[in-house]
Amino acid sequence: MTNSWTDIANTDLVVIMGGNAAEAHPCGFKWVTEAKHNRGAKLIVVDPRFNRSAAVADYYAPIRPGSDIAFLMGAIRWCIANDKVQWDYVRHYTNATFLVREDFGWQDGLFTGYDEDKRAYDQESWEYQFGEDGYVLSDPTLQHPRCVWNLLKQHVEVYTPEFVENTCGTPKEKFLEICRMIGETSSPTKTMTSMYALGWTQHSKGAQNIRGMAMLQLILGNIGVPGGGMNALRGHSNIQGLTDVGLMSNLIPGYLSIPKESEPDFETYMSTRGNKPLRPNQMSYWQNYRKFMVSFMKTMWGDAATAENGWGYDWLPKLDIPEYDAMKMFDMAKRDEVNIYFFQGFNPLMAFPNRTKLTEAFSKVKLIVVMDPLETETSSFWENHGIYNDVDTASIQTEVLELPTTCFAEDEGATVNSGRALQWHWAGATPPGEAQTDVWIMANLFLRVRKLYEEEGGKAPEPILNLTWNYADPEHPTAAELAKELNGAALEDLRDPADPSRVLVGKGQQLSSFGQMRDDGSTSGACWIYTGSFTEDGNMMARRDNSDPSGMGVFPNWAFVWPANRRVLYNRASCDIDGKPWDPERVLVEWNGERWVGPDVPDIAVTAKPQDVGPFIMTPEGSSRLFSRKLMRDGPFPTHMEPFESPIENPLNRKMRGNPVARIFPDDLAGLGTSDQFPCVATSYRLTEHFHYWTKHNRVNAVNQPEFFVEISEELAADRGIARGDRVRVWSSRSQIWAKAVVTKRIRPLICDGKTVHVVGIPIHWGFKGAARKGFGSNSLGPFVGDANINTPEFKAYLVNIERAADQEVPE
Amino acid sequence: MSGERAPQPLTAASNPPVQPLASNLQSSDVIKASATASLPAPARMLTQVAKLIDVSRCIGCKACQTACIEWNDTHPEIEHNVGVYENPHDLTPDMFTLMRFSEYENPDSGNLEWLIRKDGCMHCADPGCLKACPAPGAIVQYSNGIVDFISENCIGCGYCVAGCPFDIPRIHKTAHVSKKCTLCSDRVAVGQGPACAKACPTECISFGPKEDMIAKAQGRIEDLKSRGFDNAGLYDPQGVGGTHVMYVLHHADKPSLYAGLPDDPKISPTVEAWKGPAKTVGLLAAGAAIAGAALHGLVARANRVSEHEEEEARQLVDTKGRDNDEGSGA
Repeated sequence: MTNSWTDIANTDLVVIMGGNAAEAHPCGFKWVTEAKHNRGAKLIVVDPRFNRSAAVADYYAPIRPGSDIAFLMGAIRWCIANDKVQWDYVRHYTNATFLVREDFGWQDGLFTGYDEDKRAYDQESWEYQFGEDGYVLSDPTLQHPRCVWNLLKQHVEVYTPEFVENTCGTPKEKFLEICRMIGETSSPTKTMTSMYALGWTQHSKGAQNIRGMAMLQLILGNIGVPGGGMNALRGHSNIQGLTDVGLMSNLIPGYLSIPKESEPDFETYMSTRGNKPLRPNQMSYWQNYRKFMVSFMKTMWGDAATAENGWGYDWLPKLDIPEYDAMKMFDMAKRDEVNIYFFQGFNPLMAFPNRTKLTEAFSKVKLIVVMDPLETETSSFWENHGIYNDVDTASIQTEVLELPTTCFAEDEGATVNSGRALQWHWAGATPPGEAQTDVWIMANLFLRVRKLYEEEGGKAPEPILNLTWNYADPEHPTAAELAKELNGAALEDLRDPADPSRVLVGKGQQLSSFGQMRDDGSTSGACWIYTGSFTEDGNMMARRDNSDPSGMGVFPNWAFVWPANRRVLYNRASCDIDGKPWDPERVLVEWNGERWVGPDVPDIAVTAKPQDVGPFIMTPEGSSRLFSRKLMRDGPFPTHMEPFESPIENPLNRKMRGNPVARIFPDDLAGLGTSDQFPCVATSYRLTEHFHYWTKHNRVNAVNQPEFFVEISEELAADRGIARGDRVRVWSSRSQIWAKAVVTKRIRPLICDGKTVHVVGIPIHWGFKGAARKGFGSNSLGPFVGDANINTPEFKAYLVNIERAADQEVPE
Repeated sequence: MSGERAPQPLTAASNPPVQPLASNLQSSDVIKASATASLPAPARMLTQVAKLIDVSRCIGCKACQTACIEWNDTHPEIEHNVGVYENPHDLTPDMFTLMRFSEYENPDSGNLEWLIRKDGCMHCADPGCLKACPAPGAIVQYSNGIVDFISENCIGCGYCVAGCPFDIPRIHKTAHVSKKCTLCSDRVAVGQGPACAKACPTECISFGPKEDMIAKAQGRIEDLKSRGFDNAGLYDPQGVGGTHVMYVLHHADKPSLYAGLPDDPKISPTVEAWKGPAKTVGLLAAGAAIAGAALHGLVARANRVSEHEEEEARQLVDTKGRDNDEGSGA
């Protein structure tokens, strides 16, 4: 989230698209209720299904799964054409005025530089024009034909209301009404918030869906303002924390990157991470990258990390390919290239696509270790459960070890919520049986591996032997010890560069801000964005002061919010170019003539003059990006792409299938289904009654939603002779499942490209373990392909067929 | 009705006390009891309470059902899916409250609406169940308005079911007692709101003095009218003397849209006719119980069962429960 949950109460308009907040985030949804109650805010829901969020919405429109970019680009086109643009914001805070290279272009759904064989773009032309001073050229009048604004106008021209209706299946009048409601928030005193989740990420162009809305929000002036923002509703209670500390196979804590093979030493690695400002006076905060990276390595290897050895840079892994994401690893496992797999709090047999392929892959791994509080389908993948897990147990030689872990309520630590708040919690129950914390298990594994290296030696022992391990109980580092390491400390006295006699932070003291980090090895800190969370004043995450003096939902002394306890990112953009709040009624920060003041922590140097320094301090331009340069593999603007399995051809390029740069393995490509055999669009989703694959183990949740079902329209039901409550068979080119049919008016057939498109809704919560009745997940059927940038599986749009199966014999 | 405010806070939001509290709901607060001709005049009158359910804020999350199961420690069956979102499919002796989902195509706006209503005991000011009940003291009404079933006195005859205009009570097949929402009288007795209100994430359910809830409802109704629901209103049906569970409805002119909520609930004339004279004749309490049992054509059996019987019964219900899968509408 750029903003916080509590800030949603400040909004005038909530748009839920690419998510289902009432259903999947019912507790956070209370802030939507607050906004409606306090400010008379309106709620718009755009979704393939009239869902629980739609039940309390002021306006609902249907959309075909996988067509969100067309809708969003259409909305941008409408706002530009109807002068619903916050011009001062666009001119000053976005890159609209910047000039782009002459050779950049877009045609037939593709940007310049596409190489079909490599399934990749040569991104050379996706760049600004620079002057001799090294700064970006710009045209403040927005007249230059190569300025971003004019390229954007050109880019969205094709997304007419008719195009949107034809591609998305959204009736034109409904689309236009939503445009009118959204357009109102271009006023400096009206804001809109975007709440989204996996409905946007689980596509082969998920990141571009989100960019589409981010661009719309920028044009309306809704980023960095109270009640605005791009608000990703995270799906697990601590998935934000996991992402922060390095969820991705190519990241290390604090969104620093794992080195590549082409970066053999630290200086080479740093040479592309200088982040020189691209406009005068800009902060370009990533210029501090070296400080964060050195502090990270000092936490890892302490005294062994020295200037001479690049602070231990050699001991970091070097990637030979862009990333080893889960799908890549499972594909490797299937090809017999993985010996051991640890699944820590991860149930991929239910969570990843194409279960047939997963079972095949796991069967080839020699040892699987599952760390989980519950018995999972993954840990039992070798058990035969009839149709629910139809495997030949005798043929599977994989050894599976289950290490029972504590669950969150049995352990102490911080949970990071969607709003980036690190909230400390304490153990509420004693773990059952032999359950141990994940930390204890990892520590014991490490100590045993280190002992082996000590006794037997081996290749590259340094990263293991030099790893800092200064815990009171080496077998069980405490949550507080680990949190202090993430925060960082001074390893020497940190002196004021202007006055060396003055010690700013004494040796051994906890840092209070990442601004104190240094690149000379005198500071540690494993996750720079968490600095300030555990200081000399104690555990900031454990603060529980729920007072909100400003009434703006800031709650400054409740827990700790990264970065720097800032509640709304880019909040300097809530003021005009002179530092005056756009809306005097809703103030987060403001310029008082000398410094930035206000209830929130300013997202800018406190003395940075408003006319000089742009609000987007993490970019070298100081501005936000309507044109994203080379940051994304699939284009600097979002362009409509069909899902890999789609009922219609891409109207922009009828030969193009899916995202032209998404990675897809050859056998998965060959196994894609087509609409002649699989005419229905499947989309997966969550239900309020359950949490992923956990709560089916809980009797009360199982009572509330006992058995797997799929949802279909009355029209599709009539067409296939399916009655409410019938058993049905649903199959894709990969597998088949059986479910009960919920026949509803809440799903309607859509007309797209002249065809009637039926949607089949498939919830994800059932498996062959737990208290609820045995069932399936959507993942049995889904395709093994993900987002071009981050490989999130395309669960939200793929093709299936469905038939009545009431008479087919199905064992319980 | 005015009265002294109960000494403890009456909110759903307040946190529970950590020290034991004496119950503020006593037998002397009972103002009506089934098959009991006369009660001593209460020494005090408690504040009238009410639960307000704003249907327009409900997201159908079933947190109320979950909280109800957990607080009351009931054990509903894990049933089948029969093609609807209602689970369990109906109120049961183990499920005192149930989300009911209705898909409504509004002919005026042309829009689909998904009306989600939390069903359960309405705690009528004039309770038909209490009127119908032949067992002395099995159903009582406190001066704060809560209608409670006292299982120790219940004979499981099912008259309360016939007497209820909302079809709420359910008879436990083996324990032979009637069960329904207590409005968490045990929580209210120590100043807490009902478990469902505490769990509700959107403040769709609120709880407090009835007059405050009526005032709160007015604000919600105005908001709904500003959003185009011209017939928004409060459901506090006067046919049963008003209720201590009230709804804010977008379509207060058509309550039956909400999974058959009665448009104008009244106690069945049969119940009125039978219980009316019975009262005036002034039967002794014990006599009323016998008369009730005889009328019902049952041999009243004690509601205490042996462990062995309990186990047999559980098996019977387990087997039967699985066969009994009828749904409860859209």
